[in-house]
Amino acid sequence: MDSTVTTGTGEENVWGGGNQPLGASYGKMMMWFFIVSDALTFSGFLAAYGFSRFKFIETWPIADEVFTHVPFFHGNYPMIYVAFMTFILIMSSVTMVLAVDAGHKMKQNAVIWYMFLTIIGGAIFVGSQAWEWATFIKGDYGAIETKGGRILQFVDAETGERAALADFSKIIPSERTEHERKNGVWFYDEGSRPSFSLDEVREGFLANPSILIRTEAILQEGEKSGEKTLLTREQSLEKIKDGKIVVQGANLVRNEYGSRLFADFFFFITGFHGFHVFSGVVINVIIFFNVILGTYERRGHYEMVEKVGLYWHFVDLVWVFVFTFFYLV
Amino acid sequence: MAHDQKLEIFRGLLKFKSNTQKIWGVLIFLSIVTAVEVVLGIYKPHALTHSYFLGMKLLNWIFIILTLVKAYYIAWDFMHLRDEKTALRRAIVWTPIFLVAYLVFILLFEADYVYNVYKDGFIKWNF
Repeated sequence: MDSTVTTGTGEENVWGGGNQPLGASYGKMMMWFFIVSDALTFSGFLAAYGFSRFKFIETWPIADEVFTHVPFFHGNYPMIYVAFMTFILIMSSVTMVLAVDAGHKMKQNAVIWYMFLTIIGGAIFVGSQAWEWATFIKGDYGAIETKGGRILQFVDAETGERAALADFSKIIPSERTEHERKNGVWFYDEGSRPSFSLDEVREGFLANPSILIRTEAILQEGEKSGEKTLLTREQSLEKIKDGKIVVQGANLVRNEYGSRLFADFFFFITGFHGFHVFSGVVINVIIFFNVILGTYERRGHYEMVEKVGLYWHFVDLVWVFVFTFFYLV
Repeated sequence: MAHDQKLEIFRGLLKFKSNTQKIWGVLIFLSIVTAVEVVLGIYKPHALTHSYFLGMKLLNWIFIILTLVKAYYIAWDFMHLRDEKTALRRAIVWTPIFLVAYLVFILLFEADYVYNVYKDGFIKWNF
């Protein structure tokens, strides 16, 4: 690599166009400019996440307790599935860079195969993210929200495990008239309701002495520091009176995991990243067909593969940061 | 760029025979780093979660440093920044680093202030 900038042979060539002082073609430069600006957008989101988290540092949900599911398996497996998704994305990055490498050597068939594998990897990742969203929205234990918007979760004192609302709630038979379209001019539908009413949860809680309430507050000192605060039965009996709404799963307004902003940022940041992966897959498919048709063979170089490769690696790069700041830290 | 690829990582400690081999080598390295992160994230060793450096848990420092290491190898080897001209590489890398460091510093400082207002000010939030 030259350390000095070459500006052509003569004076007239400097301003004559066709110079590449940075040794990169116009298209590649523009892809890099786009990537830098997109990196700043993602940084803005992650910095905003950090802002909200530092603001509520003592009550923020613990990611390990939220993302514990693996498809087709029951039980508690924190991090495993996200680690799998990370690996899939790194793997598809590798097949992409192999496609670029094969492109440099003008091996059309190798480029086709590596591009194909990259697209498959991207599709698996987007599918995994959709599944993760569905699980997150559905929720698993359920919780009670207080008047002040705090989330109260339940723990079984005998096992020390989280208790789902379905485990202890009392079924109280009651009649409920459904509001229908024909009864209201502007009314469309009721939307989804939690499976239990506040009374059912409260009665079940009073009838089960082993159920305790866990608050959002993270213990700051002592042996259990870093864990959520577990109230005694007496404190729990006092705290349940604050309950106002039953919350199951997550939406943009409230979620059963804790701070409302947590779900908002989850949807926004992983959603924006997922959109990037999706558009990356679409662009990869277009280039994939171009490679099959021999467009770049006729053009004489595979730089287009390199350019979409840059975008694809960038998506992987962003995920590395999302993984750390959303799931690990 | 087919003929002037730099085939060594870890500052020349590890040299590869071909670009393909280098790619697989980097993959193995990134996988190991990710595996270390996941294992630490699941077990959360007591020694690392209860000791602090500059106000942050040691474990979180490890996570952030490993993330930057991973980002470096993705950008340098997968995005071929290692083979680009120094001027282009610096323009791409230092611009976001400067702006992001600035933004993060401002936002996190402000957030800590807001946290203290909630904590010590006369604001009722836990009801």
